[in-house]
Amino acid sequence: MNEAFFSVENLCISFGGLMAVDHVSFSVNKGFIFSIIGPNGAGKTTIFNCISGLYKPSSGTVFFQGEDITGLKPHRIATKGIARTFQNIELFSRMTTMENLMLGRHIHMKTGVLSGATFYRRGSKAAREEIRHREHVEKIIDLLDLQSARNQFVGSLPYGTQKLVELGRALAVEPKLLLLDEPSAGMNSEEKQDLVFWIKDIQDELGITILLIEHDMKMVMDISDRVLAINFGRPIIEGVPEEVQRHPDVLKAYLGEDETIGDAA
Amino acid sequence: MFLQLLLSGIAFGSLYALIALAMVIIYKTSEVPNFGQGEMAMLSTFVAFMLLDTYGHSFFVSFSGALVFAAFLGVFLEFVFLRRAKDPNILSLILITLGFEMILYGVASWKWGADQRDLSFPVSDFDLVNIGPAVISYLNLATLLVTLVLMVLLFLFFRYTKVGIAMKATQQNPMAARINGIRVNRILSVTWAMSSTIGAVAGMLLAPVATLDPNLMLEPLLKGFASAVLGGMTTLVGAALGGYMLGIIENLFGGYVSLEFKSIVAFGIIVLVLCFRPSGLFAKHYVRKV
Repeated sequence: MNEAFFSVENLCISFGGLMAVDHVSFSVNKGFIFSIIGPNGAGKTTIFNCISGLYKPSSGTVFFQGEDITGLKPHRIATKGIARTFQNIELFSRMTTMENLMLGRHIHMKTGVLSGATFYRRGSKAAREEIRHREHVEKIIDLLDLQSARNQFVGSLPYGTQKLVELGRALAVEPKLLLLDEPSAGMNSEEKQDLVFWIKDIQDELGITILLIEHDMKMVMDISDRVLAINFGRPIIEGVPEEVQRHPDVLKAYLGEDETIGDAA
Repeated sequence: MFLQLLLSGIAFGSLYALIALAMVIIYKTSEVPNFGQGEMAMLSTFVAFMLLDTYGHSFFVSFSGALVFAAFLGVFLEFVFLRRAKDPNILSLILITLGFEMILYGVASWKWGADQRDLSFPVSDFDLVNIGPAVISYLNLATLLVTLVLMVLLFLFFRYTKVGIAMKATQQNPMAARINGIRVNRILSVTWAMSSTIGAVAGMLLAPVATLDPNLMLEPLLKGFASAVLGGMTTLVGAALGGYMLGIIENLFGGYVSLEFKSIVAFGIIVLVLCFRPSGLFAKHYVRKV
């Protein structure tokens, strides 16, 4: 029944009497960039939290590659191939960039306690595995231009760089689906431009499907294949960017009257 | 005289170091100083005593049995008490550890009473080895060796293994750890099992020197905690060094200045350290940028 790569059906979650997400459904094709927009408090991040397992939805289902993953624990979701970033950066701030990215490799590491603690030869199994993971992480560091931050504690890096480290860590998981929660928040316009290129690269070169929450309308309209607009937890419209941009309810709910999305930014 | 005081200081310091390590392991993953640590070790030591004395098992069986018991006790306490806490803050978790500390103390007093017992130990505290002009007992030597081996193992574990690194990650940001596929609950269980086992080792090495009763770990726990604060609650090496430093300073003070005030030295040092280097002598001081 569910042929889509990723889909959410009738997702609801309430906190006390508040319906934070109210019957939201959408489906995402493989390789697409799918954006969710809406005013602050519309329930966008809550949807992400339901998908990644941090919240348990009150009702509704989440399907990923034909499998029902609703209500699985976060670490199980991660092993299924879904990675995410957070709106307010969640990093291991007393570790270096390298170490943070290596932690993203956690689910791919096979070495046991004994061989991990005792490896001392270059050719040993544990050493080979370590090298392989480091190579992978180096590629991500190159991709995101993080070379200068490699051995610094992430807690001391500038905000924009921290956001990139978090993106890098999500990539290190080798996800099939990547959830980006306001990746450009707190970045200057130059950093934002770079970010747009990287997101496109992630889509094109790594073939990763992306779910995006973003307030920068220009960016959303530029890179999204499909856009879903929600307000008060309820969906307004889903469609291609131009369609959503023109929809009168979106204009009213999101930007107020008499404005066109995209021009403002 | 100096060398002798130094040696006994190191021997005592090993025990403090073990207790400090046990506390730091839990502190590193959950930021909770576990004040039940001493009673957990005391109870495990009693289990060794029971297996040995009441049931007449061999040393090897009794002591390994007690270590296994300690591991399960750690997992049990974390699962039953700490994990139940709803939206806990650090203070409430600390109070929970104090709570089960009293429960464990009560259980031990009820089961074994307040009688002072002797835990017979295969290594003697009375046979001595000469090192230059000084002597050290076989038991102290064994304590020292066990501590060193455990320290090396722990260092390798936290530095190189996947589980060890996952523990560090869990402490720094549990949510991010979850989202990266780390089973945080499982990590906490492992942490408590490890910590409780190390505490039990300290208890069993201490019991032959002291007397085995429910108060066994009262003072050693405070000293171990003091060592951990001295060296830095976030570093294993630091905490262990803190233990040795405390043992040595305390013993030198007892030998040269005053035996009566020996115990006070430890806490005097803590106050000084907290005034001048609040994160401990050996901890990398981390300043959060605002």
